[in-house]
Amino acid sequence: MLEGASALDLIFSGDANLYSIVGLSLYISFFAVTLAAIVGFPLGAFLALVNFPGRSFAIVVLNAFMGLPPVVVGLAVFLLLSRSGPLGFLGILFTPRAMIIAQSLLVLPIIAALARQTIEDLWAEYRDELTAMRVGPAGRVATLLYDARFSLVTTLLAGFGRAAAEVGTVMIVGGNIDGFTRTMTTAIALETSKGDLPLAMGLGIVLISLVIVVNGIAWGVRRYGELRAG
Amino acid sequence: MHGGMSDLPITFENATVRAGAITILDRVSLAITQGEPTLLIGPNGSGKSTLIRLGMGLIEASEGRVRWGGRANADSPRRAMVFQHPVMLRRTAADNIAYALASRGVPRAEQASRIDALLDQVGLKHLKDRPARRLSGGEQQRMALARALACDPEVLFLDEPTASLDPASTKAVEDIVRATALRGVKVVMASHDLGQAKRLAGDIVFLVRGRVIEQARAEQFFTSPATQEAKAFLRGDLVI
Repeated sequence: MLEGASALDLIFSGDANLYSIVGLSLYISFFAVTLAAIVGFPLGAFLALVNFPGRSFAIVVLNAFMGLPPVVVGLAVFLLLSRSGPLGFLGILFTPRAMIIAQSLLVLPIIAALARQTIEDLWAEYRDELTAMRVGPAGRVATLLYDARFSLVTTLLAGFGRAAAEVGTVMIVGGNIDGFTRTMTTAIALETSKGDLPLAMGLGIVLISLVIVVNGIAWGVRRYGELRAG
Repeated sequence: MHGGMSDLPITFENATVRAGAITILDRVSLAITQGEPTLLIGPNGSGKSTLIRLGMGLIEASEGRVRWGGRANADSPRRAMVFQHPVMLRRTAADNIAYALASRGVPRAEQASRIDALLDQVGLKHLKDRPARRLSGGEQQRMALARALACDPEVLFLDEPTASLDPASTKAVEDIVRATALRGVKVVMASHDLGQAKRLAGDIVFLVRGRVIEQARAEQFFTSPATQEAKAFLRGDLVI
């Protein structure tokens, strides 16, 4: 119980160490999700709208990759970025950039697969009308992305939740360097094994609160969308 | 009202549409010309919707062909269509019309006045800022009409637009259709409601099992039908 009290104390006293860790976590997850969305939304739309040989296979693989083990993604990115790897010349292993890249790869399948499903369902509904209105391919994609906007925001938040809560990729490619690449999840893992339970619990509380807030926003966006746009 | 070449007459030349082993339209030959509304009537499954889609250019004939004003332009902006179950975009009523106008290339500056005029035409101006998907079935159908008319069509196809509407909404839709026809837009409408066909039709195309059984002026069709099937259909017998 003592740990619990100390944990709350850390949170409310504005502990600089704790808040820099939280800040880095949010920063990395935010940019990882942004990167993943830039690639994932068009990829999802492409898979939803374009028929090509092997499309079903691509969709199955994409759906399966929603459950990619973070440590495996971490390992793959580690091998790419390590000094002897193909992208070793970038020299970004064990930096926040590497963590952003790794997390965006982890989140990409989630965003692309959910977007694909959303857009495909909407296309089934809109196909006749848009065809009758002679809307071209680019106009279709724009219309579907716009009309699915509320669902797609929840897709982003799902990706954000995954990124913020995972530990495997950021541990491997970030290295959990104090004050530089230490995130909430890697810090919790470390502090727990060190026995500094107040900091671990404080971070755990912050992390869970953030996940609840994110899900609250997702729910609110969906409700707002239903009311505004039907 | 229109520049350029006309899409009329629309001619079907031995047009057959198959889906797998099933023949939906069977060697239909037909000319749809300028004038009063043409009503496609017949029992469910007789091929009315398929004929409408073929005429609109949404599908292609498996055999035979369709010509619009003598040309094979399946993709003309001068034809518009209203479906039995219209789909409203996830936007306000006004934005649904704006979308149709924009897809037709109407400049933004002109859109506002056109939107008001179109909504006024279908009696929905007061619902302008409502989310379109929150409107009632009848209101959505009138919205679909306004959206179709936004394309300033030469030919308007309607696929049983009142099939799931109450009498008041049906009347509202029919009034709009009538007014549209009077403005010189060619209306081609599928219906299985004989009363509606009597109220609106200039010409009748009577379909049974994918074949055109009879094509005639409306008054002639209703007073002295030429075929046994049409007589039975008009008596209210079940024509299968």
